Amino acid sequence: MTRRVASIALNTFKESVRERVLYNLVVFALLLIGAAILFGSISVGIEQIILVNLGLSSISVFGLLMAIFIGIGLVWKEIDKRTIFSILSKPVRRGEFILGKYLGLLLTLIINTGIMTLGFYAALLYQKRTLALADLLALEAVYFILLQLAIVVGLALLFSCISTPILSAVFTFSLYVVGNFLDDIRWFGQETGSAVVESLTSGIYYLLPNFGDFNVISQIAHGERVPGYLLISNSLYALLYVSILISAAILVFEEREFK
Amino acid sequence: MSAIEILDLTKDYAVGFFRKRLRRALDGLSLHVEVGEVFGLLGPNGAGKSTTLKLLLRLIFPTSGTARLLGRELGDVSMHARVGYLPENPYFYDHLTTREFLNYVGELFGLASAQRYRRVGQLLDRLGLADSCDIPLRKFSKGMVQRVGIAQALMNDPELIFLDEPMSGLDPLGRREVRDLILELKAAGKTVFFSTHILSDAEMLCDRVAILNRGRLHGRGELREILSLGVSATEVVLENPAPELLTELQPYSRAAVRTGNRVRVEIAEEAALAKVLDMILRRGAQVVSLNPVKMSLEDYFLAQMGDGAGRPPAEAKRQVQGEEVRK
Repeated sequence: MTRRVASIALNTFKESVRERVLYNLVVFALLLIGAAILFGSISVGIEQIILVNLGLSSISVFGLLMAIFIGIGLVWKEIDKRTIFSILSKPVRRGEFILGKYLGLLLTLIINTGIMTLGFYAALLYQKRTLALADLLALEAVYFILLQLAIVVGLALLFSCISTPILSAVFTFSLYVVGNFLDDIRWFGQETGSAVVESLTSGIYYLLPNFGDFNVISQIAHGERVPGYLLISNSLYALLYVSILISAAILVFEEREFK
Repeated sequence: MSAIEILDLTKDYAVGFFRKRLRRALDGLSLHVEVGEVFGLLGPNGAGKSTTLKLLLRLIFPTSGTARLLGRELGDVSMHARVGYLPENPYFYDHLTTREFLNYVGELFGLASAQRYRRVGQLLDRLGLADSCDIPLRKFSKGMVQRVGIAQALMNDPELIFLDEPMSGLDPLGRREVRDLILELKAAGKTVFFSTHILSDAEMLCDRVAILNRGRLHGRGELREILSLGVSATEVVLENPAPELLTELQPYSRAAVRTGNRVRVEIAEEAALAKVLDMILRRGAQVVSLNPVKMSLEDYFLAQMGDGAGRPPAEAKRQVQGEEVRK
């Protein structure tokens, strides 16, 4: 089983890295990180804050774009182009296929985020002329970005099993945006004083992926450490949410017919 | 043990967007295919051939009925390790080369690295893909993709091979190679189950066939038995026949078609053939050819249910030793 999942993941990785759009996104991200140096140089005294903020935000935004653009076509393309026929006629379980596709894209995102992170540190080195141990704090933010991307890929994968790429992109992006404001939504429900609205907003709060706690870029830019418990709770939350998303995608895919 | 056992397999598709209704793609199909047989599933487009193959490979699920492959239930995915499948009009990963793709397929079959390497080499040579094995598949012609499709279906040296329209997209040489390959597989004791709407392929290759139309089984057994492939008429082609001769032949001929200097007449009664030939020789006309007229698969369907367009069966196409001539 593991070998088949690894083969599918590796093939998905190959497919992703041979997509031109991926390189364009990485180049854009690196350009933006480079541009952060310029913005920093015109902001007296807060050069590093600007660079870290802009650099990590670029990694986050472009990672998100990659996750959505590639994720939404992950399964859809296989069905649309009928490559799925030759794969599922092999001794491959549908769950193995879904898991392989997910891990393949996750591997792509890890490597691309790694490249963007190297670009970020190169920019930081250029600006500061030296790197200190404290600069490694930015890796905590990168780790949280990766956890967010892992959830986003799961969402895109699930939608890719049931919908067209455009709708999948809309759904995934919408959930990402809503997921960043879940604390506000719950607060709004509590403020209304209506039990119905409160239970509704609470339901949304617990059901949808909560990305609020993953955004630590601003803290890191100001040199603050991420609390240890957040590292653990975010990791467990992402693991649980991804497991649920992949299980749902497998359940949907198990029932899917390929006409 | 039967290689394939199909029992009362039925498949309905829901069609329509707002008002869903069911369309029956396969209606109570029952079949047995023995180990080592080359079995043809024949029928026009939309007959249910691909539906049958997809049901057997669990790409779609039956509405009712059951089937077993190599004695195992269809839900048993591990059984696919002993099965090969070429989909209709296959399409493979654009970003891979043939070698990479076959290697990937080998990995999915769980073949060890050395075994994969050896098998990929064998298949590339056997299917004439060795020279183009490092070119991305997106640059391949339809015929080349078809060859890759056959190669991936044989990667695991399967006991049972499903080929959905294997000759589709191939040039004459490619068709011949695939025919030879199917015969080779049969000689090696493999079971081949293939769908086609081309009668000559089925005639040449199949031990037995089943004929499907609109999802229903219209006959199974030897093709000759089903279609009553005995000679239904004799076609005589004459060069520059005198008009008087054609008038004389009229009572015996079912049709006469002029093409340039040549006239083709079809003699329905075998008993009249000697008399007709005698007349031709007496008039000194030159006989270009004399051929038996066989019933085509299309004729068979038309005879069973008309052509659906109001044309009587007698006006149908005739197949004369591979060449189609319209009356």
